[in-house]
Amino acid sequence: MTGTDSSAVVVLHDLERRFGDFVAVNRINLSVQRGEIFGFLGPNGAGKSTTIRMLCGLLTPSAGGGSVAGFDINTAPEQIKERIGYMSQKFSLYEDLTVEENIDFYAGIYKLPTARREERKRWVIAMAGLEEHRQSLTGTLSGGWKQRLALGCAIIHEPPIIFLDEPTAGVDPISRRSFWELIYQLADAGVTVFVTTHYMDEAEYCDCLGLIYRGELIALGTPEELKGAMTEELVEVACEQPQEALFIVEGLPGVQHAALFGRGLHVVTARAGEAIPVIATALTAAGLRTGQPERIVPSLEDVFVSLIEARDRQTAPQVEVAR
Amino acid sequence: MFTRLKTMLIKEFIQILRDPKMRAVILIVPMVQIIIFGYAVNTDVKHIATAIYDLDNSVPSRELAARLQQSGYFDLVARVGTTDEIRDLIDHGRVKAAVQINHGFAATIDAGRTAPVQVIVDGSDSNTARIVLSHAVKIAGNFSDQLLLEREVRRRGASWQPAEMALQSRTWFNENLESRNYYVPGVMAQMVLIVTMMLSAMSVVREKEIGTMEQIIVTPIRRWEFILGKTLPFALIGYLNVAMVTTLAVFWFDIPIRGSLLLLGAATGVYLLSTLGFGLLISTVSHSQQQAMMSAFMFMFPAMLLSGFAFPVENMPESIQYLTWINPLRHYLVIIRGIFLKGVGMEVLWPQIVFLALLGGSILATAVYRFRKTVS
Repeated sequence: MTGTDSSAVVVLHDLERRFGDFVAVNRINLSVQRGEIFGFLGPNGAGKSTTIRMLCGLLTPSAGGGSVAGFDINTAPEQIKERIGYMSQKFSLYEDLTVEENIDFYAGIYKLPTARREERKRWVIAMAGLEEHRQSLTGTLSGGWKQRLALGCAIIHEPPIIFLDEPTAGVDPISRRSFWELIYQLADAGVTVFVTTHYMDEAEYCDCLGLIYRGELIALGTPEELKGAMTEELVEVACEQPQEALFIVEGLPGVQHAALFGRGLHVVTARAGEAIPVIATALTAAGLRTGQPERIVPSLEDVFVSLIEARDRQTAPQVEVAR
Repeated sequence: MFTRLKTMLIKEFIQILRDPKMRAVILIVPMVQIIIFGYAVNTDVKHIATAIYDLDNSVPSRELAARLQQSGYFDLVARVGTTDEIRDLIDHGRVKAAVQINHGFAATIDAGRTAPVQVIVDGSDSNTARIVLSHAVKIAGNFSDQLLLEREVRRRGASWQPAEMALQSRTWFNENLESRNYYVPGVMAQMVLIVTMMLSAMSVVREKEIGTMEQIIVTPIRRWEFILGKTLPFALIGYLNVAMVTTLAVFWFDIPIRGSLLLLGAATGVYLLSTLGFGLLISTVSHSQQQAMMSAFMFMFPAMLLSGFAFPVENMPESIQYLTWINPLRHYLVIIRGIFLKGVGMEVLWPQIVFLALLGGSILATAVYRFRKTVS
């Protein structure tokens, strides 16, 4: 992962954005290869959208820079705009226009030649499954349709790079799944996809992940790399009263952190072998009915929760002072 | 070259015409307003409710009352018996004026002396009061002259002719001094200001609010393409309004239009340039429709008061007169009254037209310059 890679189509170099005293994005470095699906993860307010907006030329960086499709984001935002598609978390088509009118509008704004216009319009309508709703007002469509139409309009000019800012927020699981199938198809065709999300299952679909927290990039790598990078060992405890169990487990020696997870707990330990008997004994002593604690392979969610917790422990005193 | 502009225009027109409320605002509201204002907005002072307190009740006192009534300016709506009643009627606004003729009015005139007549007016509206007084003075003066004349004729014989001066007055451009002729074109100018400025002030900021702005500015659209795409439809609506309202003014209210319609069209063009320019400037710097609406009002209110629509610019302090130069309404009023009433052309109106063009051009350029294809 170096910025000098010749096949990198999105490069961030010490990218920084401040709003007054607040540092929204703090010196981020990363690069995305052609045809890659890059997942940009982080809690709300971490700086995901701010970063994407700087890459799309919607915000000017306060310091540092980067390039998209070979153009400098500081000096050539308009050239970048010709080569990217962007879809924001907020539905941003005209609700008072019909499906066809919206498509025609973006086809015109991107100056598609007349011959290609019809072909692309058919493609968008077929992709979004809107054959029956060409003349419907966009405002009357359901969320999944709107989102696919928005994607269609954003990529009507077949850009080589697509930025998606939480594209699946507020969309039902089935629509989400078919949306991701579409993203795979695009990536297979060589399109680079830069997507932000906070759904961990979606993160698993990505070729490469970056975790941003409080404006800083705290992890970067493939999903497997990130899971492997977790030095702590994870123990799962199934139990019927997880709230009470959590209270007990958190204070035990050898336990670094514990969190509710489904119908049980995920406990981060330095060494699982030593912690399991301690946990089992403590819970039995407290009279809680639990299953046998066992060591599990961490999911991405475990990895990120652990990374964020670690970062909080490290910076919390400084943050308190700063405020 | 104009693909994007054309695309913007198509989209704007679909959006404007699809919304029934918008259609009403554009097509019906201006017509209704001009009809209402055409009747309501005028400063002609006629039929003033007047009380009469006649203590003399003689032939000349009744004659004076009759003359007031017949002039058309005074309606004698009340006969009172005490001065307290006059106070009461004026306090309650039932009469605007009162005439008191004292006991001995006829006897004093017969004795060849000057008989006083009291006129009381409600001065809370100073302009109306001044006009009422001048009418009263004129009527009383005429009556007095008549009395004088009759006396002289009786003394010198029927063949006597007085030596007198006769004032021959003629009013140009508005022969019957119909205040409607003066105000209706002004109302039209104000309406165009309100409609075009409001629409353009809302246009850009509305896209910011509903979130479509972000999607537009991430496309390679150029600033001028976007701004012009937002402006031209409203310019067309402005023209449509001028055409509709002019038709109504001429055929409904019989307002004369003596100048060139072509010049009216050209002048409207440069006027729209500045009203739309100010509106767009407001829209590009505002963050919400509410903010844009308030800003537009803050502009329009002084623009109307300092335009010469109701209060002549010449009567304002000199420093404020300079300030009115940046007011597009002020210049358009001169042009529109010049074309409607005076029938003058470019040879007289060129300074206003040139100034409007400069004002509109620079404001629109500022709006394009201030418009950023970034979010903040």
